[in-house]
Amino acid sequence: MKILLVDDSKTMRSIQKSVLSQLGFTQIEEACDGQDAMSKVGAFQPDLMLVDWNMPIMDGITFVRNVRQNDKTTPIIMVTTESEKSRVIEAIKAGVNNYVVKPFTPDSLSQRITETLTKKAA
Amino acid sequence: MDPQYITPFIKSITNVFSTMLNMPVTINEPSIKTTSSATYDVSGIIGMSGDVIGSVVLSFSTDTAKKLVTAFCGMELAADSADFADAVGELVNMVSGSAKGMFVDKDVSISCPSVVIGPGHQINTRSDTPCISIPCSTQCGDLTIEIAIREADTSSQKAA
Repeated sequence: MKILLVDDSKTMRSIQKSVLSQLGFTQIEEACDGQDAMSKVGAFQPDLMLVDWNMPIMDGITFVRNVRQNDKTTPIIMVTTESEKSRVIEAIKAGVNNYVVKPFTPDSLSQRITETLTKKAA
Repeated sequence: MDPQYITPFIKSITNVFSTMLNMPVTINEPSIKTTSSATYDVSGIIGMSGDVIGSVVLSFSTDTAKKLVTAFCGMELAADSADFADAVGELVNMVSGSAKGMFVDKDVSISCPSVVIGPGHQINTRSDTPCISIPCSTQCGDLTIEIAIREADTSSQKAA
């Protein structure tokens, strides 16, 4: 299982990486913004992507829209401080499969990852 | 400043510290900040735009920031490292993002965080916006959250 982590904060990538490691995922690629992620997604071919919203250069919602032009199926979880209902709806319309609001506990992130992958496998 | 914009920050800093650092925060008496001098040596700064405009600052002493970053990241980081600034920036990002989600019927965007480290730095906020300083106490030391925001002038937005 290959996972692409997209967040401009190295701290948040480390925290999420730690949660993923505890779930047994070790093939993790990191990107620091949407543009960096676009340059990596083709070669890495992730099975799951965790994407922040507010990032410099290219934000997460733009990245999701770009990815969804060619890839309708790879699960994407938005992990963001954006908690407004309008933002959640915007993300879902863009093609996000699940949504985690920061701050999060390791358990809540684990739960969203597991339920997203279970839904994909069904 | 309308209290509806203060309460969300009190709730969000309490929630962020409880969830990400497993640490309670005691909120002390807010006051109006009248100087541009930073309260402490480490400042995490976020800008707000949209229906509400202005800035939010989390200000810590270097010692308090180091202890909080250690609790946040699970490791000690040098105060002059990029990773230290990143962690401080993410804290102010989470506090501000979480707070603006509680603003009622307001469409607000936040900037990527900036972090300033060093004694005696100054942060100048908009001259037409009072800055409310909320002192907070934690087991790692004291910090302040400084909120200088107001509703955008819709008539000037329309004119622009």
